[in-house]
Amino acid sequence: MTILETEALTRRFGRLTAVDALTLSVGRGEVFGLLGPNGAGKTTLVKMLTTLLPPTSGVARVAGYDVARQPGGVRRRIGYVPQLLSVDGSLTGYENLLIFAKLYDIPRGGRESRVREALALVGLGDDAGRLVRQYSGGMIRRLEIAQSTLHRPPLLLLDEPTVGLDPVARKAVWEHIVRLREDFGTTIFLTTHYMEEAESLCGRVAIIHRGKIVADGSPARLKTSIGNPQATLGDVFMHYAGDTLESGGGYRETSRGRRAARRLG
Amino acid sequence: MRLQEEDARRGGSAEPAAFAGAGVLAGAGGFFVKTLAIAELEVRKLRHDFSELLTRAVQPILWLVLFGGVLSRAQLIPTGGLPYLDFITPGILGQSALFVSIFYGVGILWERDLGITNKFLVSPTPRSALVLGKALSAGVRALSQAVIIYAVALALGVRLDWNPAALAGVLLAVALGAALFATFSLIVACLVKTRERFMGIGQLLTMPLFFASNAIYPIDLMPGWLRVISRINPLSYEVDALRALMLRDGVSAFGLTTDYAVLLAVTAVLVAVGAYLYPRVIL
Repeated sequence: MTILETEALTRRFGRLTAVDALTLSVGRGEVFGLLGPNGAGKTTLVKMLTTLLPPTSGVARVAGYDVARQPGGVRRRIGYVPQLLSVDGSLTGYENLLIFAKLYDIPRGGRESRVREALALVGLGDDAGRLVRQYSGGMIRRLEIAQSTLHRPPLLLLDEPTVGLDPVARKAVWEHIVRLREDFGTTIFLTTHYMEEAESLCGRVAIIHRGKIVADGSPARLKTSIGNPQATLGDVFMHYAGDTLESGGGYRETSRGRRAARRLG
Repeated sequence: MRLQEEDARRGGSAEPAAFAGAGVLAGAGGFFVKTLAIAELEVRKLRHDFSELLTRAVQPILWLVLFGGVLSRAQLIPTGGLPYLDFITPGILGQSALFVSIFYGVGILWERDLGITNKFLVSPTPRSALVLGKALSAGVRALSQAVIIYAVALALGVRLDWNPAALAGVLLAVALGAALFATFSLIVACLVKTRERFMGIGQLLTMPLFFASNAIYPIDLMPGWLRVISRINPLSYEVDALRALMLRDGVSAFGLTTDYAVLLAVTAVLVAVGAYLYPRVIL
């Protein structure tokens, strides 16, 4: 059963087509990785799937809800960890989650226990009362995952979840993502440009290039598809995405991305 | 994983049980809870660091003590029998609420740049609740100014009205005025989209809004064209209500009903426009 599907989904910015007639489906319980170079259309796609950006044309449905026509239904069923920071440094970890528990309609009686449970699950129980600006980058990402899954969404979308993290923090984030799927059956949709991340986490990987899916399958199948079972996922990536320099992103995105990476690092 | 189980049972398309009984009343309750949650977020930030409130207190104190002190000695401005210091105290409170609110848009753009806005917009929170919650938090910030201005005015011998109903009216007018200008600021931020442009426009708006109002001199003293502007400036209605309610001998020129009706109506229209524009700030 699919939880996410798109049909000829397209987004244009002026003359630039960031996502180009993209058709994709992700089944319940999958850990799906979207790989692509900078500017390939990953973030634009995620923004459309999370209702932040209206598609120019085509359809996207999440848990049966159309992102353009039924955004409210989509928002209740997704968790989203953006590439940029999404927790407030001037509040404590507990407060960040408490506010979102209210925004996600978690009933008053169960709010505190849900927040405590979510904090404990990502190993932040002892740091709940500290201001988030005192957290390390890895702790912030774990808090963001807790915040995004407070309402127990069936689908969690993570946009470059480990960018800017050191290897230890990155591994901790991976463990939490795996546990979400194992414990709650959460479908995971993540974008990354780290091959190692895609290889160790994802049961299925798609490569996006210039707004189109150019390859889709398990890491092993993708390796076979380029005629070299010994190939790395990096080779597969180079094969499909080529080694052309991408120009996407722009000044604002680059500046924001770097600021987020600095804060997390 | 309640939401997932419900979705699976219903083929992933029906509303889950947690939201199934969401009628109009529950919807209104949810809207209220979420609006307050956004305001609570700002109040909690202030609780962790209230230095902002203290630094903001300096300016109104200077206006009252220096500007008010000097001009009341000069007795240049006809104020209908009120001592000049009494006359401008409500004006300075209105001004403080305006100054607290008019740069609210910078915070909106800062949150956008950090990425926090995305999280709000992805949550199932009505856009109008997000905007109204921000507006309410500006109201809370402005109320702290009211406390300081009351204390300074009392020390300077301003004849204040301590009637609880009048005090409640003052709080409402200050909160409404701050909410109104904070929402106006949010709209400007959503239109100009960069902090640099916003700062320029904010500076450009503040002084005309302040001087083209009845805050520090009566409207009757103004030339005809400025009178027209001051009559469409919501700050004039806020100050008019404050003047009637804060001072023992204060009277309203427009009538309190008109004052509150104008403030409420303009705030409602601005919140509606802000709710439309706010999701576009990230584009």
